[in-house]
Amino acid sequence: MNLTTALARLLIFPGLLFAVPAAWFFLWVERKSVALMQGRIGPPFMQPFYDFIKLLGKTTPPRSGVGGLLMRLWPLLAVSAAAGAVGLLPVLPSSGGFEGDLILLLALLELPSMCIIAAGFSSGSIFGEIGSAREAILSVSYNVVFLLAIISIAASQHTFRLEALAALPASPLRWLGVLAILVCLPAKLHINPFSLPNAEQEIYSGPMTEYAGPELAMWELSHGLEWVAATGLVATLAAPHLTTWWLAALVFVALSFAVVLLLSAVAAATARLQIDTTVRFYWQCTLIFAVLAVASALFMRLRA
Amino acid sequence: MNPWNKLMCYCRRRSPWLFHMNSGSCNGCDIELVASLTPRYDAEQLGVRLEGSPRHADILCITGPVTHNAVNAIKTVYDQVCGPKAVVAIGSCPATTNVFIDSRTLEGPLNRHIPVDVFVPGCPPRPDAIVLGIAKAAEILANRAAKKLPVEPVCIPGTECAAECAAGCAAKAAASEVQP
Repeated sequence: MNLTTALARLLIFPGLLFAVPAAWFFLWVERKSVALMQGRIGPPFMQPFYDFIKLLGKTTPPRSGVGGLLMRLWPLLAVSAAAGAVGLLPVLPSSGGFEGDLILLLALLELPSMCIIAAGFSSGSIFGEIGSAREAILSVSYNVVFLLAIISIAASQHTFRLEALAALPASPLRWLGVLAILVCLPAKLHINPFSLPNAEQEIYSGPMTEYAGPELAMWELSHGLEWVAATGLVATLAAPHLTTWWLAALVFVALSFAVVLLLSAVAAATARLQIDTTVRFYWQCTLIFAVLAVASALFMRLRA
Repeated sequence: MNPWNKLMCYCRRRSPWLFHMNSGSCNGCDIELVASLTPRYDAEQLGVRLEGSPRHADILCITGPVTHNAVNAIKTVYDQVCGPKAVVAIGSCPATTNVFIDSRTLEGPLNRHIPVDVFVPGCPPRPDAIVLGIAKAAEILANRAAKKLPVEPVCIPGTECAAECAAGCAAKAAASEVQP
């Protein structure tokens, strides 16, 4: 992958130029579909855009010192990490990529959650600290399943290169992996039933409590970009291999949309679980997928 | 007004985020505020979102007759809301202290302590009146940020209120009592 294609992927498609409107669209789809399932009409199409612009125009409380600087830094870091993750997705056929880009994608997907944890602690608010602690516990729980699922897929196909993974024919193990990733997504995106870090009725807005104005706008944007990146990862792994570029892009968008609808349906149908129930749920799932992952790795080694 | 300010004004009108605060209310108005978000009234169509933190909010919704204990909390929360902001007083209590008038435990009405933009009188007011009040407040907020409108309290006459107070006397009475 040379510099031009890398920049084009980061800035145009599937990077920022595509990802930011897609992020707003997915945020709208989530709110609208939840509203429809609850028998409401829901927000207008441009609502996330209105919210974003409005937040840009609000004042922020004065922040001073290193703590204040860090508080301004975390949302920017989260947005750039999420945008980078979207830019890495191999949407178009033969769009480049490099050996090990799956690992970079996982790191970039994990960064926004790290930023949220750091942001809650550096805000100094008691609600922010509780929210951050919950986010940390949650992230330790679901990441075991998430990483094992991805490792098992990569091990079964002998590569850490995303494009090669997307191009290979689907195997039962890969579908299991996609299922495991789908189980982790509600926790990764902080939606019901795993909306613990921002549990509004318990700890106000969790790590975001002290954020206002443009900083909050950046958090909203990074949340939207996380939606695009996470659903895009599932779409990449589940999509059939196509050589026509416009068909590949279309299938990618359609599959992402279907995943967003599925997650919104789960969010609308469930209530928030307690933290210990959540942790138990993920560690019990982990056991099954850990066995599967180890078994697949052993099987591959025996076959090689 | 340049295009960016125009867009900002447009977006502010369409994205009012609320922070709800109870200053000693009987919970009647609080229930009606929540009812305005339910399927029947669905305030989310106007972009309304009930936020957990006053830092995120544009509009502060206050219910209750402002008890002695609540005064400092109200002032703190009002300062925590980042500008541009607006205040909606929901119910008859924050407008006039209602049936609790002259009680020694009260510091009401609300506009003795913070500037109020919209009064939604009623005991409790109907959810549609609350939704109208929020829409009005969003408009006031957007216009004020664009420096177009002199700020005067607005009254949203409810069904029960209209019979005795056609011209929005709660707002007028409140306006005459505003302290400098």
